[in-house]
Amino acid sequence: MKWSEFFTSSVGKKFVMAFTGLFLISFLIVHVGINACIFADLVDDTDNGEMFNKAAHFMGSSYLIRIMEIGLFVGIIAHIVQGYMLEFQNRARRKQGYAVSMGSQGSAWYKKSMGLLGTLILLFLIIHISHFWVPSRITYAETLSEVSYYNGKPMHDVFSKMVEVFKSPTWGLVWVILYILGCFSLAWHLLHGFQSSFRTLGVHNKKWVGVVKGLGVAFSIIVPLIFALMPVSIYFGWVTNN
Amino acid sequence: MEHYTMNLTLKVWRQKNSSDKGKFETYQVSDISSEMSFLEMFDVLNERLIKEGKEPIAFDHDCREGICGMCSMYINGRPHGPWQANTTCQLHMRAYKDGDTIVVEPWRANAFPVIKDLVVDRRAFDNIVQAGGFISVNTGNAVDANAMPIEKDKADAAFAAAACIGCGACVAACKNSSAMLFLSAKVSHLALLPQGEPERKSRVLKMVQQMDKEGFGACTFTEACEAVCPKEISVTNISRLNKEYLVAGLTEDKG
Ligand code: SF4
Ligand code: FES
Repeated sequence: MKWSEFFTSSVGKKFVMAFTGLFLISFLIVHVGINACIFADLVDDTDNGEMFNKAAHFMGSSYLIRIMEIGLFVGIIAHIVQGYMLEFQNRARRKQGYAVSMGSQGSAWYKKSMGLLGTLILLFLIIHISHFWVPSRITYAETLSEVSYYNGKPMHDVFSKMVEVFKSPTWGLVWVILYILGCFSLAWHLLHGFQSSFRTLGVHNKKWVGVVKGLGVAFSIIVPLIFALMPVSIYFGWVTNN
Repeated sequence: MEHYTMNLTLKVWRQKNSSDKGKFETYQVSDISSEMSFLEMFDVLNERLIKEGKEPIAFDHDCREGICGMCSMYINGRPHGPWQANTTCQLHMRAYKDGDTIVVEPWRANAFPVIKDLVVDRRAFDNIVQAGGFISVNTGNAVDANAMPIEKDKADAAFAAAACIGCGACVAACKNSSAMLFLSAKVSHLALLPQGEPERKSRVLKMVQQMDKEGFGACTFTEACEAVCPKEISVTNISRLNKEYLVAGLTEDKG
């Protein structure tokens, strides 16, 4: 079997979804870990985003990480393109539908709505990337201020950017709500995606399916919750830069 | 349970042939016994239609005891009707009460085109099995069944997979019209047994290829198939199929 055939059969396409999905899940772990540094301000009132800014600086400073970032974009795009192609191809497999639909009998709504949830996440990502990734990687000269911590070189103050976005008197509340909705979509998407990727890749022993399902539920609740707490904490002033 | 009779409204899909557009036809049936099977109710209705000089409703059936997989009706939004682990022929009218309206549709999937009324063409399944769902043995004396030792757990799992009757309810229920539950049952059944070992890799590759050719969709693990399967084939088999495909696809040059 040629590689091209392997990845383009119906099962192979699902492997692509599962591989890229798991890769994106591993990215989420890094992302949530770094961003959770903002909560250092909760325990140490003088932190003011220092820990987070240093971590963000590190993520932009090494070539290895910048190359991985390209890999990340390739992964996201592959997941999106393949996901949409599968969704449309699968829908076209039943030209004439049923008069009475099955509804959610036997299969929860979110398991059948991965395309919709993925689209919501994509819309969120567009907002999110233009809020933070574009300023910190492309337009930083005009959009980011600089800070320097004791005996260090000056670095971008991404934390202040976060405060600026979520505490904005005009749009702040809108962004916070949209970010929470984004996290909700992510949670439901992960609830199906996490366990489904492993099972698509062949995990079928009872004990491992149990582990994967349990981990999946925990991951889908904890990670989006921590993400959602970031805009909320900034909006309510629990985490501040002064 | 008490015996009772009921009057029902049936909305049945009528379609003269594969090129006809088809539409729902409404029928009133009366004095239906709670002891009747769903198909017997259709027999009663068909006899009446014949007496009235009308075309009877075409539907598939053969054994009427839940083992052949021929009967195929999508009843009120569910393949094989409301009962768990059940075929249409084994559905009994006690599942309904007087005055109910029941909508009956054929399986819907491009790969299962309607031939007439509620009858669909399921030859796509035969083609998948013919692509590799067998073992090749030279004819001769039958080998003693105990000559080949098989672990009990594996034998049980293979047997559970072999229970698939090829009815196609899994495809009918799936939002992607995917045949993966069916295929995974056929592949697992042989992959678990020593007899299936020699063709293990080429089998899964050929069968997946054939499934794709027949125009079924790709599985997204919604598990709707498992919920409606009359033989309770587990989606675990789909994971096993995927593993078989992964190993075969990565290691075989041909196929
Ligand atoms: S897997 Fe179940 S639903 Fe699908 S064809 Fe076999 S018996 Fe029917
Ligand atoms: S008629 Fe044979 S299974 Fe229903």
